[in-house]
Amino acid sequence: MSFFTPENLEKAQVLVGLYPDKRSALIPLCHLAQSQHGHLSKEAMEEIAELLGIQPAEVMGTASFYDMLHTEEVGKYLVGVCTNVACLLGGGQELLDHASDVLGVPPGGTTEDGMFTLEEVECVAHCDKAPCAQVNYRYFGPLANDDFDNLVDDLKSGRLSDSVPHHGVLSRVFRDAPPMVSLEIIHEERRVMDEAKKARLAAQSQEAGGKQ
Amino acid sequence: MSDKIVTARVGIPNSYTIASYLEHGGYQSLRKALLEMTPEEVQAEVTASGMLGRGGAGFETGRKWSMLKQDPIRYLVVNGDESEPSTFKDHLLVENDPHQLVEGTLITAYAIGATRAFIYLRGEFALGLERVQTAINEAYAHGAIGRNIFGSGFSIDLVLQPGAGAYICGEETALIESLEGKRGYPRIKPPYFPAVIGLYGAPTIVNNVETMSNVPWIVANGGKAFAALGKGRSTGTRLFALSGDVLRPGSYELEMTSKTFRELIYDPDLGGGLKEGRTVKAVIPGGVSAPWIGPDNLDLPLGQDEVAQAGSMLGSGSIIVLDDHSCAVRAAWRITKFFNRESCGQCTPCREGSGWIEKIMHRIEMGSGTESDLDLVLDACDNIAPGLTWPPQQTTICVLGPSIPSSVVSAIKMFRDEFMIHIKEEGCPFVH
Amino acid sequence: MSTDVSQNLITISVDGKEIQAKSGELLIEAAEKAGIFIPRFCFHNRLPQVGMCRMCLVEVKGPRGFTLQPSCYLPVTEGMEVITESEKVQKAQDGVLEFLLINHPLDCPTCDKGGECPLQDQTLTYGPGESRFIEEKRHWEKPIAISELVYLDRERCIQCDRCTRFADVVAGDALIEFFGRGDHTEVNVFPERPFSSYFSGNTVQICPVGALTASPYRFKARPWDLSQIESSCNTCSMGCRIMVQSSQNELTRYLGLDSDAVNHGWLCDKGRFGFEAINSDERVTVPLLRKGDEFVETTWASALALIASKVSGAKAGGDANRIGFILGSRLTNEDIYAWVKLAKGVIGTDNVDSQLGDGLRGEVIAGLPRATISEAVTAKAVLAFTGDIKEEIPVLFLRMREAVRSGKTKLVTIGTRSSSLDELSEVKANVGIDQLQLLARELVSSNSKFAEIASVFSRQGVSSDGEGLVVLLGRENLAVDQSVVEAFAVELSRALPKARFLVTLRATNFAGSVDLGAAPRLLPGRSLLENASAALGQKWTRLPSQVGRGVKEMFKGALQGELDVVFLVGSDPRADYVDSELADSALDRVGFVVSVDTYLSGSTLKADLVLPAAAFAEKSGTTTNLEGRVFTLNQKVTPPGVCRTDWTIASEIALELGDDLGFSSVSEILDEIADVSPLHWGLSWARLSKMATVEGVLVPVSGTALSIRPRAMLDQVSTPGIASVWNQGLASSKTAYVEGEEEVGEVSPVGTPPNAVSGMGLMEPIWPLPSIQPTGYLNLAYVQKLYSRGEHLKNSPHLSRLIVEAKCRISSHTAKQLDLESGDMVRIIDKVGGEASFEVEIDDAVSRGTVELTRGSFAVSGFSPVRTDETVNYVKLERA
Ligand SMILES: Cc1cc2nc3c(=O)[nH]c(=O)nc-3n(C[C@H](O)[C@H](O)[C@H](O)COP(=O)(O)O)c2cc1C
Ligand code: SF4
Ligand code: FES
Repeated sequence: MSFFTPENLEKAQVLVGLYPDKRSALIPLCHLAQSQHGHLSKEAMEEIAELLGIQPAEVMGTASFYDMLHTEEVGKYLVGVCTNVACLLGGGQELLDHASDVLGVPPGGTTEDGMFTLEEVECVAHCDKAPCAQVNYRYFGPLANDDFDNLVDDLKSGRLSDSVPHHGVLSRVFRDAPPMVSLEIIHEERRVMDEAKKARLAAQSQEAGGKQ
Repeated sequence: MSDKIVTARVGIPNSYTIASYLEHGGYQSLRKALLEMTPEEVQAEVTASGMLGRGGAGFETGRKWSMLKQDPIRYLVVNGDESEPSTFKDHLLVENDPHQLVEGTLITAYAIGATRAFIYLRGEFALGLERVQTAINEAYAHGAIGRNIFGSGFSIDLVLQPGAGAYICGEETALIESLEGKRGYPRIKPPYFPAVIGLYGAPTIVNNVETMSNVPWIVANGGKAFAALGKGRSTGTRLFALSGDVLRPGSYELEMTSKTFRELIYDPDLGGGLKEGRTVKAVIPGGVSAPWIGPDNLDLPLGQDEVAQAGSMLGSGSIIVLDDHSCAVRAAWRITKFFNRESCGQCTPCREGSGWIEKIMHRIEMGSGTESDLDLVLDACDNIAPGLTWPPQQTTICVLGPSIPSSVVSAIKMFRDEFMIHIKEEGCPFVH
Repeated sequence: MSTDVSQNLITISVDGKEIQAKSGELLIEAAEKAGIFIPRFCFHNRLPQVGMCRMCLVEVKGPRGFTLQPSCYLPVTEGMEVITESEKVQKAQDGVLEFLLINHPLDCPTCDKGGECPLQDQTLTYGPGESRFIEEKRHWEKPIAISELVYLDRERCIQCDRCTRFADVVAGDALIEFFGRGDHTEVNVFPERPFSSYFSGNTVQICPVGALTASPYRFKARPWDLSQIESSCNTCSMGCRIMVQSSQNELTRYLGLDSDAVNHGWLCDKGRFGFEAINSDERVTVPLLRKGDEFVETTWASALALIASKVSGAKAGGDANRIGFILGSRLTNEDIYAWVKLAKGVIGTDNVDSQLGDGLRGEVIAGLPRATISEAVTAKAVLAFTGDIKEEIPVLFLRMREAVRSGKTKLVTIGTRSSSLDELSEVKANVGIDQLQLLARELVSSNSKFAEIASVFSRQGVSSDGEGLVVLLGRENLAVDQSVVEAFAVELSRALPKARFLVTLRATNFAGSVDLGAAPRLLPGRSLLENASAALGQKWTRLPSQVGRGVKEMFKGALQGELDVVFLVGSDPRADYVDSELADSALDRVGFVVSVDTYLSGSTLKADLVLPAAAFAEKSGTTTNLEGRVFTLNQKVTPPGVCRTDWTIASEIALELGDDLGFSSVSEILDEIADVSPLHWGLSWARLSKMATVEGVLVPVSGTALSIRPRAMLDQVSTPGIASVWNQGLASSKTAYVEGEEEVGEVSPVGTPPNAVSGMGLMEPIWPLPSIQPTGYLNLAYVQKLYSRGEHLKNSPHLSRLIVEAKCRISSHTAKQLDLESGDMVRIIDKVGGEASFEVEIDDAVSRGTVELTRGSFAVSGFSPVRTDETVNYVKLERA
């Protein structure tokens, strides 16, 4: 039983092939899984582990380090209100409070209908639009309370469905060229990488007590 | 010649497409570099430009490249993680002129002899990811990436890597770990200087998006032309991301040292001044890791060494203005909260200290602090950055640790009275 | 660890004192050796360092003057200037402790780690007094079971990364990981994927706080109630060095000791938690005599008298050859020697064996040049033709894994079944038994048919006479007769005389058994019956008149009614002999079976007389590990009931027979062994237990191996449980050293070491005729797993939950051909028609056309998938 759809599995394989070490595909694969399923399910992590030849715990260990990768279900729209300092000065905290009132959930909560998850986020690099918010990583700001209410309406009514796809869909442009540089170079890369890794391990285990 | 370098094409309709890019001289620098210059010559131009890295540490780019260990496999990684609060310049470049970034990256890869290049872009930049991926696809089709580029015999692949939401992955060694598919734990330097042991253990150059975006211009116009702009070590232009209590926040590309903080804030074409009747209370230059400067420093020119001499740093080029209606305690608390949320968690002082300091600061802001809390906070800060000097000493692996105290210590030093009012009046005197 | 005078000595200055250090050594270790202990949490001498806890910061002079640097991450360089005691260092360390305690619960009184906790200790030694933290601490759900053996309390975790590093880097089981980020970081397992590593107990031992605790030890004792003694684990032939701890005459815990030559401080879980079996209520504690279908208690006196009469009767009725001895693997060298002397030197029979069809003949082992573990892990190349050492000798697997991963050696694995070594192998070659002879001859030749294999060896610089090559030799598949492996080994050793062999059999003291003559035709010291030494002649009253039978021949003889008396000394052939069906019917035909054992096993139930034996930790003695290293085993608790040590029982039987073995203590036995066996020259109890204890002594002993070595020092953070019991009553101090016992003055034995002890010469290779594969039959792979059923596991309450159930494992390809699916029930039918039913498990690690079955995981009478008459065993599969 495969988690990825055939189409996504193909993409997954392209991603895995992009790097000298396939584990590098971990984060891209997690995004791919979220684009398919909205969040990073247990099954997805298991399949990613298999694709990368590592343990599911390693996938989860890495994924859980990153705020964008959600191992629990989230709403169709992930609304992140920034309260970091530039937005704070522009009323970000008040916007977050308002958002919480309007959506009826505290930051971190998901509305009962599964439409919205509200998050308090750190600076999203749109400080010139303070206070700002992101919905599935599409940006809106500056937002007065009314603007926020309209935004929620637009999302609910589907008026924004073109520009704001469901949670998990990040880049809708996929790499259309597989790596083109000669396999030789890649092989050489891998050989050197392996040796460097071994040298590092050897150095480490030597340092680890200078034993033997 | 326009006075803009990296934002010269911003504002042109469809500036992000290859058609528009080619129309405005795109990929000419890459052709020039690949077909007319040796890698050493490209490096020499960049060295001559004196360009300092735009990512925050402000290290000379040419010198960094010259330190790359000459192993057969070498990597180039472009740092587009841009997560330092109030820094919003790279996303502008990435969204409006992705080809410029791609071209700069390719030229750099050629100059340093990289065998593979990666652009690590902050995961939240959904639009940026689309724009850069499109640009890469178009560049492949145009023959600018891949095998035997423009018939020069030089081949390189360029991979776009999305981040996934962790500020610390902007730190170059954490970024490398993240690119290796791991938790973004900064590595210990020494021995893990990327130029010696970087991605997959191979020598690696990590450069910022803005740094890379300058490279095509330098190749086209020569390092000297770049060095002619600015003053001292601060050559060329920089993107200054201005935010906070100003009327016209935004990213402005300015010749370095050509303007002062005051001019940036008050120039009607730039910051546009403050709200009616307000005055500058403090400025946070160079990202929230930097110590604050007061109104007495507003006439400092926007230059690397000038700001350093005043006891702070130009860092990522972001400038936050606090006016006299804003609460210093609240700002410092929020910054601490940021570091607490973003600490990677390796180092005990950073992981635990950030949380503790945040709790004390919050207590003070909410009105239940005591006077002795100020000493406690300072002492906890001292245990992360011994001596509370600038540049800081540290008990941690990376400089996120000693960044935690910057704002707290600045705020207490500059606005002790305000803290005392919070404590005595059991609450924040400012209206938000 | 020892006083190593290495070439690259440099001088550094620590706190104004000049100290010598090895170039490149870590500052924290260099300082420690010079008696300056730098506090630490995340650093562990056997793990790659991470420099995360920041406890070990010291001031180091650099271009910008003295700055704080992590001493665990800094290699020393000539002239380095270091300050470990200054206000700045002190403040930084106090700061780290205070930060750690912010979120660490103050539940020391109820924490298993209380009293042996480096965090507790360091807080007392360095730490701040009153907490300045008044906020609420971080909360996690209190202990969660992350496996059958390990509990995790995340509130106590200080994020030192030791357990996770161990699991990933050392064990290769990345099943526990850090989840989350920053101060939300927790250690945990993936949902529904428990921490089921064979090595999980090590994480409990190295956890510097009480975040990880072991279910078999939970709430059992407090460190101040414990006492301890050094010993060696006797679960397999590795002989990992351990500390045995007990409280009130009950074993409570084993902890790994760091031996450079052997286990590096690690243990497998089966060894670590096996102490539970010794405490078990199922122990035999009094002699038992069969009365019809039942056992009745009897006395030692009448039991011994009965034995004497049966033995004399057998001898009178024919000759001593109607008596046989099957020795098990848990015996000490002294036990083995006593029983061998009883059998061969008193009774006069050579029918003594200790290989239960899962080993190799003593004569073959004794003839092969022996490699040490250290040689194996640093060899130019290693050839593995062995059972899965992860399942059989787990800590050897860790050593090999580390060696291969760090590039110290390269591995080639041959055989037909899958094993954990495959992933470490440069080449994994599926070599059928019909190709082995050719392979042995052409292993390193330049025009070898096995080019892929040969090229690894030549690239690695293995010479044409085998110099630089170590062979791991074991039983790759128990369904292939041992004669095949023996012929291969002999052939190979003849072709490559400089190649050395590390015999990787699992049975605990197989090496001691071979070295001490517990095999037909062998005498103590690896000499042949026909070459008995003069020294032996002086100590032994007689020698067998003819070469005796091995276990297989004894069983076959028994079926013919040729055996009157059989002694099963710590052996359970019904469970352990590969052809259980043969063992079963043979024992039925023996007139009088004596079982000397610790539990009532399957074989005991067929005995006429059961004698209760003292178990591990209830007796002292020595044991020999697979590389020939002799260690002491020490008594920690008194045995239950009237159990006696195995050697005492042999002595008493001899007395009852009117003879005298001539010794009355372990130390006297060892002296006699040293006298009669050139291999053991120079050993004595005093020397073994007083010098170089952690490393043991490799036999044959060379003159220099006996020089005095100071006792290994002990890092209390690396081995907290051990150090704190040792330091009981002492105020916790900064020094990491536990002073060794007094140095022994006189250690050089008199005389010069005898030569010619390296072996007894190779035999001719005898290649057996292969069996024909009947149509419709599949290859059988009969393999051992760590948790295959056995008395030891059955009687350990926690380990018994891990026993693997019998499954018939086939590849998906085979399954398809037979139209089977995972979970289907099948009958496995052996060649003589015995059969049993199993559940099918599909696993593509199994070769096509092969049925893999785990040994010991079933007991079905009349069914034995391995028949000893077959060179290769085939079975048929039918849907049940
Ligand atoms: C905590 C931390 C966060 C950082 N974040 C970024 C970032 O988001 N983008 C960036 O370019 N550099 C960042 N840096 C700096 C990088 O480590 C590195 O110096 C830089 O990418 C080098 O590029 P440059 O030489 O072109 O400036 C960060 C450093 C630290 C310590
Ligand atoms: S200082 Fe903080 S962010 Fe940097 S490595 Fe240490 S814990 Fe991580
Ligand atoms: S940082 Fe050195 S022991 Fe932890």
